[in-house]
Amino acid sequence: MNSTSTHFVPARRVNIYEPLHQFGMWGETFKSNIGNGNLNTPSHIIIQNSQLDNNLSEDTSHGTPLVFDQETSTSRHPDKIKRRLAQNREAAKKSRLRKKAYVQQLETSRLKLIQLEQELDRARQQGFYVGNGIDTSTTTSLGFSENMNPGIVAFEMEYGHWIEEQNKQICELRTVLQGHVGDVELRLLVEIAMKHYFDLFRMKSAAAKEDVFFIMSGMWRTSAERFFLWIGGFRPSDLIKVLLPHFDVMTDQQILDVCNLRQSCQQAEDALSQGMEKLQHTLADCIAGGRLGEGNYVPQVNSAMERAEASVSFVNQADHLRHETLQQMHRILTTRQAARGLLALGEYFQRLRALSSSWATRHREPA
Amino acid sequence: MDKVVRMSSEKGVVIFSKSSCCMSYAVQVLFQDLGVHPTVHEIDKDPDCREIEKALMRLGCSTPVPAVFVGGKLVGSTNEVMSMHLSGSLVPLVKPFQANLC
Repeated sequence: MNSTSTHFVPARRVNIYEPLHQFGMWGETFKSNIGNGNLNTPSHIIIQNSQLDNNLSEDTSHGTPLVFDQETSTSRHPDKIKRRLAQNREAAKKSRLRKKAYVQQLETSRLKLIQLEQELDRARQQGFYVGNGIDTSTTTSLGFSENMNPGIVAFEMEYGHWIEEQNKQICELRTVLQGHVGDVELRLLVEIAMKHYFDLFRMKSAAAKEDVFFIMSGMWRTSAERFFLWIGGFRPSDLIKVLLPHFDVMTDQQILDVCNLRQSCQQAEDALSQGMEKLQHTLADCIAGGRLGEGNYVPQVNSAMERAEASVSFVNQADHLRHETLQQMHRILTTRQAARGLLALGEYFQRLRALSSSWATRHREPA
Repeated sequence: MDKVVRMSSEKGVVIFSKSSCCMSYAVQVLFQDLGVHPTVHEIDKDPDCREIEKALMRLGCSTPVPAVFVGGKLVGSTNEVMSMHLSGSLVPLVKPFQANLC
């Protein structure tokens, strides 16, 4: 332990021996190290110097000032030599005991620190804001950092699993469609893929109740996907437009049905978009109510919370649109066409995700 | 409830809504996009608001607003309207009431 502290412990007894001087340094350095940290360790962790002094130094100098008498020649007083040596041994012994006590203190504090850090982690996960100095930039591969709502944390984990499963399903569809596959097996794969999307909408509905702004802003998706976001997800009519050229030969009736579906989607999206705009205006008016600048805005925030509730129904309705679009496409198309469509849809999003990571890492590549 | 029966039996498309309900507004916009001019009853402005809400729920609406009636018959709430539209069955239903009949 390299102590650079030059703090003196004021002598509690009258004398200051060199070894005793060191005792003070053990304690002072310890205190100053903790003080510089960002944690306010409770004071009970630090055993005060006075306690150390009291516990260990009772056997020397009971009030009797022991001064190194330089005038006394050691050669003429062998008793004094013996006494001095004994005192040195005592002092050394006390120094060792002090050091031991100090190290034990350090160990206890270290364990306490670990415990406190764990409690902080738990508190952060429960959504409490933890102050400066602690690294809050815990970014997952999905890019979220701030939201520690347990319901949202659970959703993000579930979504991670959903993506893994999605990638597996896309792989399987690709493989199967490259070879010869019967309609029965294909129908099963289509059903599984559809159900997988419906699972996502269910997950989103639950998460929207936890934090609708989080879902609405697409924080759980990659950046390129967010670029195209419409009320917390993909825009159904855009999807139909993207997929249309990828189906095999379509009958005239199918083409007509798909076009009608696309138009209905656009009208429904338009209606929901206008409803969202109205909601945003209402919310903004609510937040801006009263006088801006007075510093007391609890009533405005509270009434805005009520308005924000309505966003949940918009997220649900947008997902309902996506759900219905998938159902209708399934109805219009043959099994084989539906399988190709789902493969194309899956890869479309994979490409968007790939774009996000390419974009994010573009500066890291050597020129 | 008589009032609800009377109001919902009005000709054309009838929407029960609330002035603060943005989803009801969205449904209104949809019908307007289809060339229909719906009759909108903002029940929060009605003294019998509570009664009307209860009556609508009893008729089978999952939420009291928006509640859509076409030709006196209950279509449902937003979910039902959207499903019908995407399946193509909404336009035929409101065709008789479209404002611009070309």
